Amino acid sequence: MKQRYSHIAISLHWIMAIVVLTTWTIAQIAGGMPVSPDRILAISWHKWLGLTVLWLVFVRLFWRATHPAPELAVRMPAWQERIMQLTHLAFYLLMIAIPILGWLMSSAKGYTVNYFGLFELPDLVLKDKATGSLLKQIHEILANILIGLVALHVLAALKHHFWDKDGLLKRMSFFK
Amino acid sequence: MAYLNECHFLNKPTGHLKMQILRLSFLKLNGIKGLAYIALALFSAHALAVEFNAIDIAKSKINFTSKLMGSTINGSFDQFGGVVGFNPDNPEKAKADIWIALASFNAGGDELRDEAQGKEWFNSKVFPRAQFVSETIKKLSANKLEIKGKLTIKNKTLPLTMVADYQAQGKQMIFNGGFELMRLNFDLGAAAWADTKSVANEVPVKVHLVLNPK
Repeated sequence: MKQRYSHIAISLHWIMAIVVLTTWTIAQIAGGMPVSPDRILAISWHKWLGLTVLWLVFVRLFWRATHPAPELAVRMPAWQERIMQLTHLAFYLLMIAIPILGWLMSSAKGYTVNYFGLFELPDLVLKDKATGSLLKQIHEILANILIGLVALHVLAALKHHFWDKDGLLKRMSFFK
Repeated sequence: MAYLNECHFLNKPTGHLKMQILRLSFLKLNGIKGLAYIALALFSAHALAVEFNAIDIAKSKINFTSKLMGSTINGSFDQFGGVVGFNPDNPEKAKADIWIALASFNAGGDELRDEAQGKEWFNSKVFPRAQFVSETIKKLSANKLEIKGKLTIKNKTLPLTMVADYQAQGKQMIFNGGFELMRLNFDLGAAAWADTKSVANEVPVKVHLVLNPK
């Protein structure tokens, strides 16, 4: 029985973990910077990485749909398994919703989004200050929820590894 | 064509009386032909000799674009005004003296607008206005002019050439002109902002002026 995700799925998981955390960290740093070329650069990278999450999540969903997750070899209470499934579902939904809200927010604030300076993306809504602030709030709240769930996800993984010592982490690892 | 020039006085209040005299003399001299000339002269005086010298601010626009880390950003100046004089009969004699209130800079969000008013950009507390004064105007083709003049921003005066076309629309005259401003030539964006990778040096500006007749 297959006990490990495919190599592509494992790669996507870890790449996205790094990209998501970097994107969030940049936003925290840029938020405290005065308006300056450095801040514009930071926000640009935030947007570029956020858009990368957006297209990667679709690659990942496609991969997941065509390559089912390995069965759980580990026994855990049903409520824990349910929370695990809900957390994973929330990850996918948030990784789609947050970048799109960021894009909407940028349009509403009058800033066209581009991708690594290669091409510009269309403005999704007309410039409107109130809409911009509202979208910013939702974008930030959802991003913080995502980071909260990431923390839960990491803590749960560490609990399985160090407390239960059930080898659950091997499912998402290249190593034995 | 001499008739056309003579008929310029029709714009003046005394025109009616003089027109009557003129018509009489024409009738005596040329009969039907004279009437035709008067009709032509009246029409021409109206269509051609009108001087446009008031800016319809509500309909006019000054827009610009910039590039911010690879993204186009659209902006405008919403407060401007000035003195213009334009006679389509004699476009090369046209004059323009236009000011722009730099505090009316409008692009991006609040933080960007505040930054634009600061010392490193417009420093609008010290230099509240930009000004363009035309000097020479050359007709390039029908309804197209090359306007040369001086643009002053932040106390720096530099020559500026803009190409504009014009078109009558109803009773108004519509001008559409454009030029590319190099922001660094006017010290717009000092210190770290001088980096053209974050904010491009080239700023395409579009001027849409709607003029009312006298």
